[in-house]
Amino acid sequence: MKRSWLLALFLILGLAVPARATDTIKLGFNIPLTGDVPDLGESTKNAAEMLKKKINDAGGLKVGDKTYQLDFIYEDNESKAESALSTARKLITEDDVLAIVGPQSSKQAVPAGEASNDLKTPMMAPWSTNPNTTKDRPFVFRGCFMDTFQGPVAAKFATEELKAKKAAVLYDIASDYPKGLAEDFKAAFEKMHGPGSVVAFETFTTKDVDFSAQLTNIVKANPDVLFVPQYYNEVPLIVKQAKAMGFDKPLLGSDSWGSGDLMGLCGDDCKGYYFVTHYAAAGAKGKTKEFIDEYTKTYKKTPDDVAALTWDGTNLVLQAIQSMGKLSGDMAKDREALMKAMSGITQFHGITGDLSYPATGDHNPIKCAVVVKIDQAGKFGFFRSVCP
Amino acid sequence: MLQSLIQNVLNALQWGSFYSLIALGYCLVYGVLMLINFAHGDIFMVGAYIAFFVCSFFLGKYGLIGGLPGWMVLALAVPLTMLLTAVVGVTLERVAYRPLRRKGVNRLYVVITALMCGLILENGNLALLGASRRSFPTLISTKVFHIGGVVVTNMKLTVIGVAILSFLLLQIVVNRTKIGMAMRAISYDRFAVPLMGIPVDTVIVFTFVLGSAFAGLAGLFFAMTYPVLDPYMGALIGWKAFIAAVVGGIGSIPGAFAGGFLLGFVEIMVVAFFPSTFRDLIAFTILLLILSIRPTGLFGVAQRTKI
Repeated sequence: MKRSWLLALFLILGLAVPARATDTIKLGFNIPLTGDVPDLGESTKNAAEMLKKKINDAGGLKVGDKTYQLDFIYEDNESKAESALSTARKLITEDDVLAIVGPQSSKQAVPAGEASNDLKTPMMAPWSTNPNTTKDRPFVFRGCFMDTFQGPVAAKFATEELKAKKAAVLYDIASDYPKGLAEDFKAAFEKMHGPGSVVAFETFTTKDVDFSAQLTNIVKANPDVLFVPQYYNEVPLIVKQAKAMGFDKPLLGSDSWGSGDLMGLCGDDCKGYYFVTHYAAAGAKGKTKEFIDEYTKTYKKTPDDVAALTWDGTNLVLQAIQSMGKLSGDMAKDREALMKAMSGITQFHGITGDLSYPATGDHNPIKCAVVVKIDQAGKFGFFRSVCP
Repeated sequence: MLQSLIQNVLNALQWGSFYSLIALGYCLVYGVLMLINFAHGDIFMVGAYIAFFVCSFFLGKYGLIGGLPGWMVLALAVPLTMLLTAVVGVTLERVAYRPLRRKGVNRLYVVITALMCGLILENGNLALLGASRRSFPTLISTKVFHIGGVVVTNMKLTVIGVAILSFLLLQIVVNRTKIGMAMRAISYDRFAVPLMGIPVDTVIVFTFVLGSAFAGLAGLFFAMTYPVLDPYMGALIGWKAFIAAVVGGIGSIPGAFAGGFLLGFVEIMVVAFFPSTFRDLIAFTILLLILSIRPTGLFGVAQRTKI
């Protein structure tokens, strides 16, 4: 008797789950909640939760004549390349998500992109700037500009604004993102000032904390600017040690500076330096300001560029889903249709600027970059906009 | 050229100081118990976090005593950090190692237990404090001195001084005091020593106190030099310090000290003249060569059993 009750209960539960699943849209988030860069994961989750709440509270996402509730699944990739790969596979095959947002860093986005492309699931990498993330992968989309653009922008800025004739670079050779950026910067800078104008091109390896030998070489070469395309956890150590070596020239960074708690870790030492990024919170207007205000109210901190780009990237996926007209319920077919809808987007108005995908080739958007100066109050203030 | 060389020697002395301080802890415990305490790198990490909380507790206007100057906070933080880290080390000994020793199990199991304890400390910290990094407060503002084209900071000199002082202190404790003699006696013959009326457990606890206290000291100065803390900071440096202790001749205090500086020196010099990817390759090749020529390490003596 008891057993049949249990059986009945299971049957009801079994029936209930697929019945509910038909009017939800599941998106997966492949993000670092632990490991080297947990702040990136937290920003992503914050922005995504805010978006989900906004849409679900308003009744859901309207696709054609049907309204769907959103279900976001957050999986931790531990800031590791290999975990990002298995996380992408898990989200696609076990959680049956329609599309994936993330990973954020190129280190994880490059391998995860391969898995998503092989399994024919659209993936939006909002913050990954390495060209390999989307290269020959029709199912992988990027939400920001690329390293190949950021490197020349940094070189152009160093030349025009900082009047640099000699530059030095210090970067992590074991990580895709800094390595790609460092090489692009070097190529662009030497194109402007002739070969040999990058007087020091020093490397270190992930998890290093002592850069004294590299900085000794850099100080000896006497550059006008030091380019450091590193993450927020390494920048403070580099900046402090450079100052301890008596280095007093400006430092120039990449968009990875703007994420996480850079100022909390770096304090006064990072003030007055510049970095290239996607958006600047200080001095924002319109839709961007609305986003910043709401985020600040909910989470008691200013959204970083990861949060802003996640907001845009996720919105872009949702806009593409709406433009599909209807969902068939056949996952493979829907994923394919979504990929086509996303690549068909010619104009998307995001909070980090307008974005469009080129008609042919890899899915790399056309966007402008912003150079930010860290002011004396420790705020990231808009300094100059640099367009392709 | 000469200036760069001297600069890099200074860099190497600073970096090697940390390896030395941690290697001393490995060496003490191994010397007495023949136990490779693989949790030692994580005790170092715990030490850095303890230093962080101690300093935050005293510093700033919310501190216990408002407006305390940085050097005074440091003077308070040194003994407190060493004491609290020693408590953590002794707790590990009481909870994990002593019950196993009482049961007389094979030493291999104790080593594996030590590995697990290290992981528990890492992940316990991760669960307790979260994965966000902590910024260590500035206690003493960095002063930069230029001497003939070579740049040194007050911090660099302090770190090197602390490492040398710690070495001398341990050398005196182990060689000149009664409890040091008891430590050496246990290392010589653990089964005969209790028959002579020496309280073995007390001596072992004292060994853990010493080793962990110096790991705590290393953690404090490491956090002051590299002021970004994360729960995994002790893992890699702990492994490398262990290798330094082996190369120096594990169980020998001068060996651990020299091994730490040797490793620091090789690492910095390789980075100064080669791409950084070669660092560990060249560094460990050199260490391997040293071990193959002198399997007991630089200062080690041959022993009957080793793990």
